[in-house]
Formats: sequence, C-alpha cells, structure tokens
Amino acid sequence: MTLVTQNTKPVSVNPLKSSQPLGAAFAYLGIEGSVPLFHGSQGCTSFALVLFVRHFKETIPLQTTAMDEVQTVLGGAENLEEAILNLKSRTKAKFIGVATTALVETRGEDIVGEVASIRQRRAQDLEGTTIAVAQTPDFDGAIEEGWRKAVSATLDVLAEPRGSQAVIPNRINILAASHMTVADVELLRDTVAAFGLEATILPDISGALDGTVPERWVPTTYGGTPVEAIRAMPRAACTIAIGEHMREPGRRLAKLGGMPLVVFDTLTGLKSVDRLMTLLAEISGRPVPAGIRRRRNQLTDAMLDGHFHFGGKRIAIAAEPDLLFALSGFFAGLGAEVVAAVTTTGHSAILERVSAPTVTVGDLGDLEDLARAVGVDLVVTHAHGRQAAERLGVPLMRVGFPIFDRLGSQHKRTILYEGTRDLIFEVANIFQAQLHTPTPEDLDPFLRREREEHHDRSPPAAH
Amino acid sequence: MALQQKIADVFNEPACEKNQAKSEKERKKGCSKPLTPGAAAGGCAFDGAKIALQPVTDVAHLVHGPLACEGNSWDNRGAASSGGDLWRTSFTTDLTELDIVMGQGEKKLYRAIKDIVARYAPPAVFVYQTCVTALIGDDIDAVCKHASEKLGTPVVPVNAPGFAGSKNLGNKLAGEALIDHVIGTHEPDDAGPTDINVLGEFNLSGEFWQVKPLFERLGIRIRASVPGDARYQDIAGAHTARANMMVCSTALINLARKIEERWGIPYFEGSFYGISDTSDALRQTARLLVARGAPVDLTERTEALIAEEEAIAWARLEPYRARLEGKRVLLNTGGVKSWSVVSALQEIGMEIVGTSTKKSTIEDKERIIALIKDASHMFDSMAPRDLYAMLASGKADIMLSGGRTQFIALKAKTAWLDINQERHHPYAGYDGMVEMVRQIDRALSNPVWAAVREPAPWDAAGELHAKSAPSLAQSDVETDRGFARTRKRFATTGVDEMGEC
Repeated sequence: MTLVTQNTKPVSVNPLKSSQPLGAAFAYLGIEGSVPLFHGSQGCTSFALVLFVRHFKETIPLQTTAMDEVQTVLGGAENLEEAILNLKSRTKAKFIGVATTALVETRGEDIVGEVASIRQRRAQDLEGTTIAVAQTPDFDGAIEEGWRKAVSATLDVLAEPRGSQAVIPNRINILAASHMTVADVELLRDTVAAFGLEATILPDISGALDGTVPERWVPTTYGGTPVEAIRAMPRAACTIAIGEHMREPGRRLAKLGGMPLVVFDTLTGLKSVDRLMTLLAEISGRPVPAGIRRRRNQLTDAMLDGHFHFGGKRIAIAAEPDLLFALSGFFAGLGAEVVAAVTTTGHSAILERVSAPTVTVGDLGDLEDLARAVGVDLVVTHAHGRQAAERLGVPLMRVGFPIFDRLGSQHKRTILYEGTRDLIFEVANIFQAQLHTPTPEDLDPFLRREREEHHDRSPPAAH
Repeated sequence: MALQQKIADVFNEPACEKNQAKSEKERKKGCSKPLTPGAAAGGCAFDGAKIALQPVTDVAHLVHGPLACEGNSWDNRGAASSGGDLWRTSFTTDLTELDIVMGQGEKKLYRAIKDIVARYAPPAVFVYQTCVTALIGDDIDAVCKHASEKLGTPVVPVNAPGFAGSKNLGNKLAGEALIDHVIGTHEPDDAGPTDINVLGEFNLSGEFWQVKPLFERLGIRIRASVPGDARYQDIAGAHTARANMMVCSTALINLARKIEERWGIPYFEGSFYGISDTSDALRQTARLLVARGAPVDLTERTEALIAEEEAIAWARLEPYRARLEGKRVLLNTGGVKSWSVVSALQEIGMEIVGTSTKKSTIEDKERIIALIKDASHMFDSMAPRDLYAMLASGKADIMLSGGRTQFIALKAKTAWLDINQERHHPYAGYDGMVEMVRQIDRALSNPVWAAVREPAPWDAAGELHAKSAPSLAQSDVETDRGFARTRKRFATTGVDEMGEC
C-alpha cells in the first residue's frame, strides 16, 4: 500500500491543481446544448475560461452570475435567477450547469434550494432547459472532484429510476474520466460499436471540444451527450465507470437502472484493456473483432520495442489521482521507476495503489524538490511543469490539464491498445531525443568512483 | 599494387591461425567463401573498410560512387569522439547516370576533394572506392595522389570496392590503406618508452574511455587508438609506439603484423571485454613494454592496479548475484565476446546455455570449451528459425547479440541486450563488465516480459476462452452477481430479472 503524505508547508509553490468549479464546468461542456454557469464573481469564470481557451484553442461557452460586493453581502439568489433566465433567452441552452464557487459557498447560501425554487417559479420561462447544480467551492478538491460532482448533479436532475421500462440490451453507459481526451472518447465509442453495442458516454467532450468548425455561431456547446440520452441512461444494460472518481456517479446510475456497475481504474495498459474487451465480448456475446485483436498485437510489439527506453528510468509524475494511478502503472509496467509522485487531493482511494514509494499531496514545487532530491530522468505533468523540468534539466512529458503550449493534446490517444501504444512511443521518443553523448570524463573509471563517493545511487536490492 | 594482388596478399596472412593451418594450395585460393545468391547476409568490402576507418574523427571520409553506398549507410555506428564530428559528416560524390556514361567520375572526385579541403580543412581526406567507380575504371589512387600534391593535404585512397569480397576483407584492405599511405608519415617529437597503439578498438559508446585511464594510471600513453576516437596525426605517428595491442583480431590482424614487420613493433592479441581479459590486456602490455626497455617496476605496478581494480569490480558485481543467479544466457555474437564475458557471467551465477562461434578462432573455441565445459553449448551459427524456436520455447532468459538478431528475441518475447556495434552502453574494462551485468539485470527484471507473454483472453477467432478469461476483480464489479453469470441474460432479460445494485 502506497503511503500518502500531506504536504505541510504554509505556501503553495507553483500549484498543480486547477479549481473544482473548473472541473465541473469541464464536465458540463460534455453535454449537448449546454452552458456552464459559475455562481461567483466575474473573475472566477474569467480565469477558468482563459485556461480552457488556452488548452482547447476553442471558444468556450462559460458564463457567470457576476456577483458584486453588495450582492455577495445581501445574497446572490437574484443574480443566479437573472443569469439563468438571461442564458435561457440569449442562448436557448438546453442545459445549464451551475457550479458554485468559493465565494458563494463561503457565504453559505442554499444554492440547491434556490435553484429548485427558480425552477418552480419560472417553470414556464425555463421550459425545455435542464438546470443542474454542483456545489464546488474552490477551496476543496480539484478537477476530478468538480467533474464527478457535475456528473452526479446531472444524473440527479435528468435520470429517473427505470421502473417498468425495458432494458435496452445492446446499450451501455460509460462514465468518462476527466483526464480522457477527445480522441480517447472517440476511440472508446468506436471500440464499443465494433462489438455491436451502443455507448452513452457522459460527459462526452468529443462533440464540442474536438476542434471542428461549426457552420453557424452556436452560443452553447454544439456537441456532447444529448439531454435525452442522459435521461435514457438508466435503461442501459450496464454502466462502466472509468477512474475511481467516477465510482460514485456510477453507483447512482446503477441504482437507478438496477444494472451492474463495472469500475475500471484505468483503460491504459495491456491488462486493463484486455479486461474491457473481455467485458464487451461478454455483454455483446460477440467475439473480439479482428481489428481490435490486431491492435493488441501492435501494442505488445510496441511494448517490446519500447521497453529498452523505459528500463531503469526514474520518473517524476504530478497529476490528479486517477491519472497519476494510470501513468504510474504505465511506467512501472515497462520497467521504469516512479520515484516522485505528487497529486492534488488526498481523498481518492486509488492513491494507495499508485506504483510509487509515496504519494505527496502537494504542488509542482514539491514535485521539483522531490525530483531534485532523488534524481529523475523525466518529469510528467501538465504544461505548468515546464519551469520545473527546465530547472531540473530533464524533459517534460505533458499530460492532463492544462496543456497550453502544445497543439493537439486533445487529439492524442491515451487509452486502449492504441493509446497505450502511442504513449509508449511518445516516451521512447522523448528519451531518444535526449540521447546522451558519452564523454571521456563520464566514462573514466577513476572519476566515476569519485563522483559516486559523493552521491551514491544504491545498488539493486536482492529480490 | 593492383587490387587483385592486394587481396591475394591480404588473404595470405601469415599471422592468421586459420591460414597457417592450410596447405600452400588452399592458401592461394584465399579465404573468401563463395557467396550463395539468395542466401547471403552481411556487408561488403566497402562496408568493412568504411567501418574500420570511419571512427577516425578528424578526417573527411569521402565515398566515391553513386548514392546508395553512402546515402543508405551513413551515421549508423555508435563510435564516440572526444573531438570534432567531421567523421559523422557524410561526403559522397553521388555519381549520376550522366557522370557514369560520360566518364566524369574522376573529375567529379577531384572537385569534391578540393571542395572539402577548402570548406572543412581536414588534416586528411579518405577516399573510398565503390563497385561502380571500380567498374568504370576510375583510378582513385591517381586522383588522390594528384589531389594530395595540388592541395597540400594528404588524400588517402581506400581501395575496397564492395564486390571485392566480404566485410572482413574490407577491414583488412582498410588496414592496408593505413600501412601504405598513413602510418610513418609523421614523426612525433614526444615519443617515449611506454607508448602503445591499440588496434581494432572502435570506441563504441565511448567504451575505450573506460580503459584508457587504466593505462594512463600506469604511465602508459596511447599513441594511437585505431580507429576509435583516433586523430589522423596520431595514426601517422603510430610507428613510434613500442608495442601494439590487437583488439579485434579478425579485423586488422594484417595491420598489426605489417607494423611489426616494417617497424619492429611487437603486438599481442587481447580484449577489454570481461574482467580477467582486461587484466590480461594490461599485463601483456606491461610485459611487452618492459621487454623493450620500459622501467621494470611497470610489471609490479600493473599487478597492483589489477588486484585493486578486480577486487572493486567483483565487489560491485556481488549485489547482482542474488538477482541473476540461475538465469540462462544465450550468447549469439562470435569472436572474442563469445568467451570473454562468459567467465564474469558465470562467476555471478548465470548459466551459459549457448554461445556462437561464428567468427571465433581455434583458440577462441578452446577457451569456450574450457569455460563452459560442454562443447554441445557451442554452435557455429544458428538459422533464425532455430534461434526463434529455442527462445520461444523458453530455453534462455536473455540473449546477448547484435542488432541483426534483436527481433528474433523480441518476437520470441525474450529479453535481449545489444552487445554489438549499435548499442548505447559501454562495456569495456572493469566498469564495462559491471555495466553489462547491470544492463542484463535491467533487461531481465523488466515486467514487460510477463505482460507480453500473457496470452490474450481470447482465441484466434476472438472468442473468449471459457475458463482462462481474466475475471473482473470482484471489487470492481458492483452487482450482486458475477458479471459472467449475468451477461448471457442481458439479451433477453426483463426488469424483474435484473439484480439490484
């Protein structure tokens, strides 16, 4: 069991986290015809918006209740109502996803009650628009929690117990993880389809954030999981939740539909993907399609070709818990050693199973310190890790959110056989690009001995 | 000397053991085995000559021929340079159809040399003959001679066109070029009684730098290392050394013998692979130098250094014993490496299940038998199919070989370590042996082997195995029934049959 330690320093240096409401908005962006709405001051929204735009290079529909000082003191219910009505009339949104911020949560308003009351009072004005509320104060959690709460809130408001409606046998639900890319979602949907099954994926960021150019101006998201499809989710034959953070919404959904829930810690890595394919073959009663079998073969070959570049490498990773788990297993599985692991929150049960000696709940400053202390060959985190990597003199592999200094991160596959294969190549290529040219001083046995007396890397442990 | 005479001369190598064992008549036939069209492998004489000389770092290596000879082969070797990188810059005359038809090869060659001298000012240009330019009769000897005189820079013809024979022949022809045109053309002003040359050392991944300091600690100077990390001037002055160490005997044996013949410099054959071999190389060097007038205490100092370094190396290897004991190694390399690393691997408890003797001499083979005690583990060369079968059936845990057989091991899902020229790790000397063991350990302990050997949970048609399917961990399935049991009912299930979550 991996030891999880909390950083105790009084200051966060180079934060790793993005805030919880951002995670909620991220999930809402995966619903069709949706506008996420931050209940807070204007800046809360603006910063998140800018970060989204830098990452996706897209216009992002994200609105704010624009609380000012007076409203904050007196109560923001009116602002919330006005914002919702304005969004409804201006954007014709089918779905408004409210995410609260630290400002209104600190004040302690009953936002859920307020929204219920708005829905009731303004039923006519709001006809055809679903409003979900996730309570996501910035002072707690990070993207994963915000994402999870938004999905749960969406299910709460849209999905009802299946009752006497029939199960649709070839339909399954997939609750996507927050770290899945657009390409991951597309790949997963196609893979499920190859078994003759139909997947309702929630959230589905592949429709709205995939960098297409719509023919007309759309003020809401122009793709994503349709509201009607979410309503029908309890009728599916099975729910698959990806990542520990999707377990809780998965339970809600499984309960509503009386269906089994299968949680996948990750879909990266040969074994995990084998499990998913087995499951899909079982549900569908069909053999694993030839194309998928060939992809598996390609992955094993990539593992064989790639392992040379992983063996003995020392890796530092900073990521949200489920992504950290997936990546640490990925690196360890190919012979690398994760020697520094930092994550955003200590709440996740998955942290105990991360392939690293310890997991520190902390920031990029912790990652940099840890990496410097133990010596690493590669830093793996989001784009803000670039400063640390530069100071450490090692390459940076960009994962997670935000990636604002590289194009196309949403079109990179990171799951299933293809995604795992691509990740192997990415890492191997990073290392090949860094090829060290030996010098006489490096290899001089006497100089080497002097160096090792200074800081000795311990000899291998017997096993 | 015409090429044919040169080849006959090289084949008639008196220092070659194989050659000595032959009758006069057999010797005249030379040692090139006729190639079997459709079943030949390995490089040509040009390849061999280029390999043998290219690590000379400050020389411009110019290939005279159509593109393929250089264009398809350049920058593919892992030798390292402590100086410039001109040796890695690719120069070729890139002859076109028109050049060939119009017979403009020689003119183009001269212009190429002139351009290189003007732009890069190298201490020398090496010009390599190829099949096409040999066929159309380009006289590179004459062009080089003319260019040397005109440009004031040594221009050395390397006359080893591909069709002349094997890679090994090319190595030797390269040695001839050095004898004929380079060695002895420069008199260093600092020649001393403990200068040596190391011949046939390629400094792959910089590995000569793992042993050079050992010599230096004993006060022995490397006048020239040929060709690894060599400078033209050092080779030109190599005739002033007092002893030669011959590292890769099949490659440059003629060079060692001819240097001895012409300048009276004795040589010994040795290797830097393996602990005892490294010690032996130091010991032999000291012996030859003392015999030629170096201070007598060199012997004693050498023994002291050997004792100290061996103890350190064995101590550094010790932690690997527990991890590698009983692991089975297949050595598929040939030459000195077929035995020189064996003793160290055996010493830490590894088992040698086979070693190839493809390029080994009679002496090599005797040493192998002495070490592994079982001649049946010695094989001349193994067909890829047999090698695959052997590895796929799990008869070895790791294969050490060159890149050519890498994918046989990998496709057989067996660990593999490159110990030939394309490798990225230095394996010479005491440190090199420790590094090799470290890399073996790293390769063997990689979890990837278990992962890729695990069969897919379905058969060739994609149907799930009835029993061997990896069942989903119970903790991940949140239902009151196992998935396998409920799945068959999904197609027809009604509401009431579904289990509650």
